[in-house]
Amino acid sequence: MQTNFIRKIFFDEKSRSLLIQALVIGIFAVFIYLLVQQTAANLERRGISSGFDFLSMGAGYDISIRLIPFTSEDTHLRAYFVGLLNTLMIAICGCFLATILGFFVGVIRLSSNWLFRNIAYVYVEFTRNVPVLLQIILYYSILLHLPKIKQAIVLFEGFYLTNRGLYSPLPIFKEGFSIIVVSFVLAIIASFIIKKYLKKKQEHTGKQYPIFLINSALVIFTPIFMYYLMGMPLEFELPVLKGFNFKGGMVIRPEFIGMLLGLSIYTAAFISETVRSGIISVSKGQREASQALGLKSNLIMKLIIIPQALRVIIPPLTSQYLNLTKNSSLGIAIGYADLVHGFGGISLNQTGRAIEIMLMVMLTYLTISLIISFFMNIYNKAVQFKGNA
Amino acid sequence: MTKIKSLFISLVLTLGVSSAIAGSHGSTLDLVKERGKVMCGSNTGLTGFGAPNDAGVWEGIDVDICRAVAAAVFGDASKVEYVPTTTKVRFTVLQSGEVDLLARNTTWTLSRDVDLGLEFVGVNYYDGQGFMVPAALGVSSATELDGASVCIQVGTTTEMNLADYFKANGMSYESVPVETNSEADAAYIAGRCDVYTTDASGLYSSRAGYADPSAHVVLPEIISKEPLGPAVRHGDSEWADIVRWSLNAMIIGEELGITSTNVEEMKGSKNPEVLRLLGVEPGYGAYLGLDNEWAVNILSQVGNYSESFEKHIGPNTPINIQRGLNALYKDGGILYAPPFR
Repeated sequence: MQTNFIRKIFFDEKSRSLLIQALVIGIFAVFIYLLVQQTAANLERRGISSGFDFLSMGAGYDISIRLIPFTSEDTHLRAYFVGLLNTLMIAICGCFLATILGFFVGVIRLSSNWLFRNIAYVYVEFTRNVPVLLQIILYYSILLHLPKIKQAIVLFEGFYLTNRGLYSPLPIFKEGFSIIVVSFVLAIIASFIIKKYLKKKQEHTGKQYPIFLINSALVIFTPIFMYYLMGMPLEFELPVLKGFNFKGGMVIRPEFIGMLLGLSIYTAAFISETVRSGIISVSKGQREASQALGLKSNLIMKLIIIPQALRVIIPPLTSQYLNLTKNSSLGIAIGYADLVHGFGGISLNQTGRAIEIMLMVMLTYLTISLIISFFMNIYNKAVQFKGNA
Repeated sequence: MTKIKSLFISLVLTLGVSSAIAGSHGSTLDLVKERGKVMCGSNTGLTGFGAPNDAGVWEGIDVDICRAVAAAVFGDASKVEYVPTTTKVRFTVLQSGEVDLLARNTTWTLSRDVDLGLEFVGVNYYDGQGFMVPAALGVSSATELDGASVCIQVGTTTEMNLADYFKANGMSYESVPVETNSEADAAYIAGRCDVYTTDASGLYSSRAGYADPSAHVVLPEIISKEPLGPAVRHGDSEWADIVRWSLNAMIIGEELGITSTNVEEMKGSKNPEVLRLLGVEPGYGAYLGLDNEWAVNILSQVGNYSESFEKHIGPNTPINIQRGLNALYKDGGILYAPPFR
């Protein structure tokens, strides 16, 4: 009985493969354990402190680019969140801009206009074949050569462009502004309901309604109407040149603009190729058939081509989003205060907790990436063919 | 089965060897002697302190510390390999054993000395944090800097001093963080920031490299103590002693008037401290595990502290720094080495 059991383990293909897999996992676990233990022992022997107690200690440095208040008296943990938010800000803005630019260029690449098509071609080949770090440094260097603060370019009243960033008026919300926001949200909800209703009506009667026009008007004019109704509860604080810098107003720093341009222009080149391949993947017959039905070319694109192309576009698009997010760690090259620069750089230096901090930063990037993948997978499922296609 | 077995054995061996390497605990001196050269963590390039010259040879008063150690150990000051380190990686490079000592304008602080497992062996330049602004701004004091944009190297003590100084004076500022000295120069010259702050020595060094040095002024305020000195790893006092006394030998050399040119004559001196230093009266080299000529080699090949200072950063160089605090204690400075006996 016993020998039978052992014999079964070694000679049965299924249990043997299970055994080998268990063995590999076991060895890997032992390896990780030894690595961790060895590291801890070495740190201790060299008299290097370790642990996460530093998170509650004062950071002692200032961060200029921040979304939440931060002073040098705040903790390293808060510095972590400042950095995390800056990373998320560049990742979200970058993905947004790269997607728009990428779709635009991807469609132009298939244009019948020789000049447009080839301009897009040169753009794609140039940007995706030059390392993104160099592009970021290039854009940042150009931004640094904008006029100095005293010779700021006046774009409009209250908007100034200098090599210290783009200064603009800061909106100040007064009492009653929240009602405008609520009305805006309600208008958006209403527009969805109207769209659904009119679509249904169209299916019944065949009559087409200018849904987009109606809804745009609704979403735009409702808040404007409410704004005047509430007695214009919005003021702007203009930036004023005082001493060394502009005081008041808002500013977008050149470090952020440089990162945004570098990342989105680079990633857009890849996205445009993805979009192009997606559109090409839709068989020619689909277009011809819809032309035969008498659809206009923008409707063919919107109703026939794009929905089918999305099936092909979404999975590689997800990995481009992930790339952009991870590439945002290059902010360190031009002093953009992202997670790696602030927490992973300055805090690391002040506290010397290299292993702890790097682990935290890596786990954070992993989490962000997994969240992006999760939502993109949901979206991917939504655009796939339903039924037995 | 044999395959798996051999795989397992090799894995065990690999683990054993790697932990043996990680755990090896030999003396740094033996390691250095075996290697035949001193690995020295230097600046990525700070003129006068540690930077390669036109011919690609490293020079500067920090570099001279490394050369002095090499002269003491090997009798040849050129047996040094320089590892350029940024402010960010410098401690890790030293902790991990990639370099034997760190000689790159690093401030001696409690947390670095204790918490990072380093040992500072002395001070080779007493510095303090200063501010540089374009002369055209018309600023004459650091207290007028409210609202300014300030370029600063990340991962330095200057970053914290800056935050403290502006807070204490009720002023605001925008920090523009940069990685290296040269990036800071570029951002400052482009006007991204109004002020460049770092150790005053670094400001003088940077200014010397600008197209028009006279267009920039270093403000009179010095807002911190920045004792810069060489550091080694904790836990090998023998090696720490060698580095410490290599530096001290240069300082004592100046005190006793021994220079690279008169070192041989001085062997005939009547001053017993000179004779002890120059190994005429034997024994002191052996204390350190070196030969008796170690200090002679330092002084003849590298020179005394004053020679090193005048050659690299003194008033006759483009960097143009006065001795000030870094003069000997008997000349009004605070440079002071323990007695050689």
